Amino acid sequence: MSKINLVIDHIQVSVESGSTILEAAKKMNIKIPTLCHHEDLCVAGNCRVCMVEQVGSDRLLPSCATPAAEGMEILTNSLKVRNARKSVIELLVSEHRAECTRCYKNGTCELQHLSSEYLIGEDSLIDLVPLKEFTIDYFSPSIIKDDSKCIRCQRCVRSCDQLQNIGALSVAYKGQKMKIASFFEKPMYEVVCTNCGQCVNRCPTGALIERNYIDEVWSAINDPQKHLVVQTAPAVRIALGEALGMEPGKIVTGKMVAALRRLGFDSVLDTDFSADLTIIEEGNELLQRLKGALVDKDPNVKLPMTTSCSPGWIKYIEHMYPQLLGNVSTAKSPQQMFGALAKTYYANKINVEPENMVSVSVMPCTAKKYEANRPEMHSSGYKDVDLVLTTRELARMIQQAGIDFLALENEEYDSIMGMSTGAAVIFGATGGVMEAALRTAYEVVTGRDVPFDGLNILPVRGMEEVKEASIKIENPLPAWAFLDGVELKTCVAHGLANAKKVMDRVVKGEANYHFIEIMACPGGCLGGGGQPIPTNKEIREKRTRAIYEEDAGKPIRKSHENPEVIKIYDEFLVKPLGHKSHELLHTSYTERNRY
Amino acid sequence: MSEITNLVKSLAEKHGRYQESLLPILQGVIEQQKFLSEEAMVEIARELDISAARVFGTASFYSFLNTRPLGQYVIRVCRTITCMMHGKNQIIQELEKCLKIKLGETTLDGKFTLLETNCLGQCHKGPAMLVNDEPYTQLTPEKVRDIIQSLKMNEASKLSNPDLN
Amino acid sequence: MPKKNLKRLDLIFKNELDGEQILEKTIKRSKQDIINDLIISGLKGRGGAGYPTGLKWKLAGESEGDMKYVICNADEGEPGTFKDREILTQVPMKVLIGMAVCAKVIGAHQGFIYLRGEYKFLLDNLNEVIDDFHVLLNKIGFDFRVKVFLGSGAYICGEESALFESMEGHRGEPRNKPPYPTQSGYRKMPTVINNVETLAHTYSIFKYGPDKFKDLGVQDSRGSKVFSVSGDTPTPGIYELEFGMSLQKFVEDFGDGDAKAVQVGGASGFCVPRKKFGRTVIGYQGKLTGESLPTGGSMMIFNSSRSMYNVLHNYLEFFVEESCGQCTPCRVGTQQLLLGIEAVKRGERPSEYLDKLLKLAENMRVTAKCGLGQSVANSFSSIVENFKEEMIY
Repeated sequence: MSKINLVIDHIQVSVESGSTILEAAKKMNIKIPTLCHHEDLCVAGNCRVCMVEQVGSDRLLPSCATPAAEGMEILTNSLKVRNARKSVIELLVSEHRAECTRCYKNGTCELQHLSSEYLIGEDSLIDLVPLKEFTIDYFSPSIIKDDSKCIRCQRCVRSCDQLQNIGALSVAYKGQKMKIASFFEKPMYEVVCTNCGQCVNRCPTGALIERNYIDEVWSAINDPQKHLVVQTAPAVRIALGEALGMEPGKIVTGKMVAALRRLGFDSVLDTDFSADLTIIEEGNELLQRLKGALVDKDPNVKLPMTTSCSPGWIKYIEHMYPQLLGNVSTAKSPQQMFGALAKTYYANKINVEPENMVSVSVMPCTAKKYEANRPEMHSSGYKDVDLVLTTRELARMIQQAGIDFLALENEEYDSIMGMSTGAAVIFGATGGVMEAALRTAYEVVTGRDVPFDGLNILPVRGMEEVKEASIKIENPLPAWAFLDGVELKTCVAHGLANAKKVMDRVVKGEANYHFIEIMACPGGCLGGGGQPIPTNKEIREKRTRAIYEEDAGKPIRKSHENPEVIKIYDEFLVKPLGHKSHELLHTSYTERNRY
Repeated sequence: MSEITNLVKSLAEKHGRYQESLLPILQGVIEQQKFLSEEAMVEIARELDISAARVFGTASFYSFLNTRPLGQYVIRVCRTITCMMHGKNQIIQELEKCLKIKLGETTLDGKFTLLETNCLGQCHKGPAMLVNDEPYTQLTPEKVRDIIQSLKMNEASKLSNPDLN
Repeated sequence: MPKKNLKRLDLIFKNELDGEQILEKTIKRSKQDIINDLIISGLKGRGGAGYPTGLKWKLAGESEGDMKYVICNADEGEPGTFKDREILTQVPMKVLIGMAVCAKVIGAHQGFIYLRGEYKFLLDNLNEVIDDFHVLLNKIGFDFRVKVFLGSGAYICGEESALFESMEGHRGEPRNKPPYPTQSGYRKMPTVINNVETLAHTYSIFKYGPDKFKDLGVQDSRGSKVFSVSGDTPTPGIYELEFGMSLQKFVEDFGDGDAKAVQVGGASGFCVPRKKFGRTVIGYQGKLTGESLPTGGSMMIFNSSRSMYNVLHNYLEFFVEESCGQCTPCRVGTQQLLLGIEAVKRGERPSEYLDKLLKLAENMRVTAKCGLGQSVANSFSSIVENFKEEMIY
């Protein structure tokens, strides 16, 4: 890499060729304000907040979009620059419904920060908001889109396009009418939106936010008739700390459990338990499909089988590849398995009437809110999961309750559905479900541990876009003799843009995999739309390390060895893929339109 | 297969199934249908394997790619500076009177839509308007009446002689 | 008959019958010779920006790319401009020959004419000429094809990178620069994009040599220029005149005797009040005396019956609608300027608010992403500063 020498604010700096002025300034710890810029997304150069002056040049340059060039002399804080930035911020504020004190993003809005920094006064430009028609789309159970707060930075459009290759959101119209819109400006719940929340996670203002259920949860907690059960997803415990003032990559499982008890939840349980259960059901389903294909030569058996735990992925395939719905595992996601069991098995165990139980989940995910509201998710006879909170909403509740999170002592989950294994923890990272499934399936088939050092199946880990791994099955147990010598081929993709790459190959018949893991979000659930803001590659890598650290520290690391899972089959479910399982733990999918 | 599906398919065949073909395909649909229906856009999205919202977003950028139904004759009166100076408002008033509609509306029989548009590049001959693709310049209220009259006659003769279509 | 201070020229529209001969002769010359001729001639882009044409061809020729493209920008949307329509109607073959020579120089095999949707009525005729042109190319054995790409009603697509986006099937949103089209244009490949008139001029240069062209005009502004004259004039129309003329002489020739202002360069150009006619010269900003104004050729004359507030209002309505909307200064700034002058006119904001708007326009000029947003300040500031009373009362 060749080096470029330039001068920024009278100081010489040398950066790699191809760096932008913004990156060069960052290297020197000069903070240039940005709005449309996001590290995960391509350069836009739309908002014009990051303008800098090039000495000798009349017009200013957008530092995010301008490559550093040899000999450049840049000023990041000249009067001209300050005036221009202030003018741009003033313009943005004038088209933004700046009712900050009543806004969900109050205190976390990037435009609010900038207008405070640049002292945008009241005596300003004409307020454009009352002059325009705008819509607030609050029809979706997971995402609220409020056009009156949109500053047209297009981070959402780029997230939806580049990370997810969905394009549910696009820029529509031009000039003063230009806006971010879905197909024909339909409500988000009607269109191809997967509810993944990657847009929500990157929106600098309150234009795209999660639908929050904080007040509903507080009301339920306050109701003495109700028994509140809460489950926490694997990826929450490694990110919650970020929203409460901690560095990324800290594991806060014990503190989180303690906080949930303080908030008033009656049973603090773990989605990890049902993640282990998912592995048993899904693993057995895979083996059954393999038998159907290899032994019975049943043409109706669909392979490759794909995972089904990511609700964003499910909605995506329902819209985009309805012809492949037969390939999706029928196993419900851990959240919904948990929900179905909470109001049946668990309610019975603790002697609570299911109608008096309120089942809450804490998820790194906005799509889980939609999933919980699917009409088919009533296997218990009730709504299986009543209310879904994101990691961010839980953090907000902890703050509202005045809990000093950092000072909390670690506590343990309650029992019956609170025990989990390392295999469940890694569900939160891309490749985790695959690794957990292989740890179990290989042992079921051969009676031996997977042939990877320390059970760590490294080929499926990491941030590579599409990962492949295969395991050759040798000397299986007699029941699985037909698998002798079979090379089990797997594929892992995270982010729906990568999922599309894999599924297009499946459609064309070019993919000879047996099992595919797909997570809708970049990095898997740890990069979910409901996780603390901000997110970027570095933060996601820190969260990943925390997850594998938690796995390595667990006494039990294989789902089928989870004592509570063994117990639930003994006492209640009888056997994997059995009658009860089908009733409570499996589901079906719906073909949806393409827009 | 519906008429629109067939139309979109044939346009995709003709122009190729690439993002680059989007504008020509949209223009082809407009030529036949006068506007882009939801169905047409979903079909285009499917043919080109791009998102339907993107098709909508792109179409809505261009003034001539309408996403709501328009009449058989789309009249676009230039509203830009020299046409304004030379009396485009009078022209619009005359058109409104002749067609019994307001600016932005379509006649009940679906024959005429009256719109304004930005500079047509006929500034030396303003006021000017387009009827579909055809420019009419140096307009006067009398001239406008004649034009509308002849378009209506044209329609009537088409009705009695469908072969001339 | 109007006075004739200014010499009318007849280079562009002169019907030449020796197209085949000129093309054959020119593409046999070396690339370097062709570029040199263009550079010597002093020809600059006639779309308004005034980039030296020879240099543009040279840079595109030097750029690496699997494919290269020649594009003729016929998205003539600037209010008050209609010369390209006339050139494409009367002498399209000159434009096509200019494109073919450019293709030879840069190594392109595909060319496009981006024709604005408003000019669709030219399409059939143009395609016929292109067919003839292809026959001619076959005859002389030069591998080059030209296709018309039709726009669909968006002023901003005249901005070169927005035009590429449009051709690639997207919204016509300008790109960040650098990179420039000569490095990364249509399909991210080296591209020469020239205005219709520029290409037509290259024909004259190839035919008569660079000196004849250079002899016309002044200093940094060489050659003739096609002007679109409209507004309060008894003789609206298209005129080929020498570059470097004084606005005073122009008004004497074309005005109705009562001109109070001339808008040079369309809505995105400058408004010159009567008192400055004498010291304003039409040409690229170079070493000319007095104030020099570049132009894509639009000359709109306003007489004293016109309200300059109405004129500015009309321009701003145009920009508010035709801004692509992607960058803040242009999308919001244009709306603020429009609403701002309305508010001052109605007395809802004090006249000092105009000063704030002037500052805003200046900030738009230095921060907007493309020429549209940057040049709104031209007409805004020149009208508000010169006709302040008309804005207020």
